[in-house]
Amino acid sequence: MLSIKNLQATVDGKEILNGINLEIKAGEIHAIMGPNGSGKSTLANVLTGNKSYEVTNGEVSFVDKDLLEMNPETRAREGMFLAFQYPIEIPGVSNATFLKTALNEVRKYKGLEELTPKQFLDMLKEKAKALGMDESMISRYVNVGFSGGEKKRNEILQMLMLQPKFVLLDETDSGLDIDALKIVSNGVNIYKNPNTAFLVVTHYQRLLNYIVPDYVHVLYKGRIIKSGTKELALELEERGYDWLVAEQAEVV
Amino acid sequence: MNEIKENQAEELSDDMKVIDEVTSSEYKWGFVTEIESETAAKGLNEDVVRMISGKKGEPQWMTEWRLKAFRYWQKMEEPKWHNVHYPQIDFQDISYYSAPKQKPQLNSLEEVDPELLRTFEKLGIPLEEQKILSGVAVDAVFDSVSVATTFRETLKEKGVIFCSVSEAVKDHPELIKKYLGSVVPYTDNYYAALNSAVFSDGSFVFIPKGVRCPMELSTYFRINSQETGQFERTLIIAEDNAYVSYLEGCTAPIRDTNQLHAAVVELVVLDNAEIKYSTVQNWYPGDKEGKGGIYNFVTKRGACKGKNSKISWTQVETGSAITWKYPSCILQGENSVGEFYSVAVTNNMQQADTGTKMIHIGKNTRSTIVSKGISAGKSNNSYRGLVKIGKNAEGARNYTQCDSMLMSDKCGAHTFPYIEVENNTAKVEHEATTSKVGEDQIFYLNQRGISSEDAVNMIVNGFCKEVFNNLPMEFAVEAQKLLAISLEGSVG
Repeated sequence: MLSIKNLQATVDGKEILNGINLEIKAGEIHAIMGPNGSGKSTLANVLTGNKSYEVTNGEVSFVDKDLLEMNPETRAREGMFLAFQYPIEIPGVSNATFLKTALNEVRKYKGLEELTPKQFLDMLKEKAKALGMDESMISRYVNVGFSGGEKKRNEILQMLMLQPKFVLLDETDSGLDIDALKIVSNGVNIYKNPNTAFLVVTHYQRLLNYIVPDYVHVLYKGRIIKSGTKELALELEERGYDWLVAEQAEVV
Repeated sequence: MNEIKENQAEELSDDMKVIDEVTSSEYKWGFVTEIESETAAKGLNEDVVRMISGKKGEPQWMTEWRLKAFRYWQKMEEPKWHNVHYPQIDFQDISYYSAPKQKPQLNSLEEVDPELLRTFEKLGIPLEEQKILSGVAVDAVFDSVSVATTFRETLKEKGVIFCSVSEAVKDHPELIKKYLGSVVPYTDNYYAALNSAVFSDGSFVFIPKGVRCPMELSTYFRINSQETGQFERTLIIAEDNAYVSYLEGCTAPIRDTNQLHAAVVELVVLDNAEIKYSTVQNWYPGDKEGKGGIYNFVTKRGACKGKNSKISWTQVETGSAITWKYPSCILQGENSVGEFYSVAVTNNMQQADTGTKMIHIGKNTRSTIVSKGISAGKSNNSYRGLVKIGKNAEGARNYTQCDSMLMSDKCGAHTFPYIEVENNTAKVEHEATTSKVGEDQIFYLNQRGISSEDAVNMIVNGFCKEVFNNLPMEFAVEAQKLLAISLEGSVG
């Protein structure tokens, strides 16, 4: 589904990604871990087409198309979804208006009919319920006055509504207490299916107890220095990143 | 290369011709055939004022009133304090009276300029209205005269008077004598004096005691003066316990060969009465370099004379090259309320200096000001507002919120709040913010499949929400679309 080859990228002229290689197939869950500043969030932003990041080298194909050629909205319509680490506030725009517009754009791209207001509302209420969200959030302004937990839950709600093929979770666990973490993870697990792949970017192993990855990759200085299975995450939790960095130094 | 450019220029000027033909002002009723082609020579003097009054068949007292205004105007100086720039206006180089030209009647929408139709389409204007606006013959069912006639009869039953000022001068002289100039005297300012001397026409509305006007009154349905005049004069009176909602303007683009527009609007509200006045202004702003746009110098003021009276101004201003306009409230009656909700959009070379004045005179008077300024291109957008609390205005309160949004690096947003408080029991609050349309907001919406253009519209409409909420429903929907058109292509 997603194939990344030698991806390099800079922010304000500074090299952050130094040649990422990664293959992700439908139905798989991959986790990217790494210390602060290793390039985890940059990878998420580059894949979704944030203009503040410049790709300097490499290729990315997504559903057999050249991802880097697409603008951000086309990537989204093709089924790429980013659950933001810091969801953005849009004052004066209700969650319902925002989601309806987004959903209809995605449907239009796929050649599907727009949903009627009733169909849309029924769907929205059902998904909100699954996440234990109050119906009042439907008419609230996008992320305005939301608590940290509510914002993250709102991201997962958008995922459930838009039904993407590829989901990037960028530090979704940050700022969540254990109950909120369970609810958010539960949302992801409800959605998990053989046609969808996940890339979970996280600093801590904790989230991976709830969203169990098939593969774990360690990112360091813009490169994947080690890949393994979920046991690798547990090992990192126990031993930290230093031993890997040392190992890496030996190899070089 | 040159050839291509020339061709394009030719096409463009052809388009302009068509647009001019289609939209040049027309006045369908109220003029006899002989004067149809008449235009007064340029220049302004007492004879011209007399001529205008004479053409309209006005009584002597009205002519005198105009002349007094003219003599006063002659002694005045053009104001220069506003934050807008334009070449010196030669007031002797303007024709102050022109009998309406008959524009060619078109047979179908296919004859209308496609660019104009594209705009209508985007605004979602119903087909029949599109025809009326672009001068296409309308079939009998939708004939605006018949609609307006039915409409008028319903109003008559309730005792509501809704007609042109010219008609009111003839049919209701006692009301005109009592109220015309009572809120905006001709001595008020330069353009008010000019308007008083030469005003063309406008709406007159009278809601008698205890009547709630059964429908929203719109200039669109007014018999005899469907088109906006160069020097429009509007007067609305709501007697005790009366209510009216009045809609002015139109979201469709209005072009006019008259560059200078100076309107006066007066509202009078007595005990427990309310006037809600909504405006959507979309006059021709000029081309990208600002050439040819309309100068819109307006004096709008309402007097809350009665206790518990209320005036609410809501405006969406997207047109004109220069807008100079401060819809104001004089809060005289105890517990009277003044509100001002405004969205002003400027793009390209447009300049707007707009705001309000809230003059608190009576006890426990309250006012709310919500101003949203959006600047794009190289435009300049200024909020100018006065909150004055008089010494007898015990317990007066004002809340002002001025938010500016910048869409480019070359535009400007300015805020000039003036606060004068002479009573220490008053509470005055002022909040102001300036923001740039955030790239992070646009990216967030992009990431959900929404294009940048739609994202900007969504963000801007959200920004204006508090004001749009105060517009009548259909007007609000059109205003949102209008905003989208006004800002088209403004974010790169």
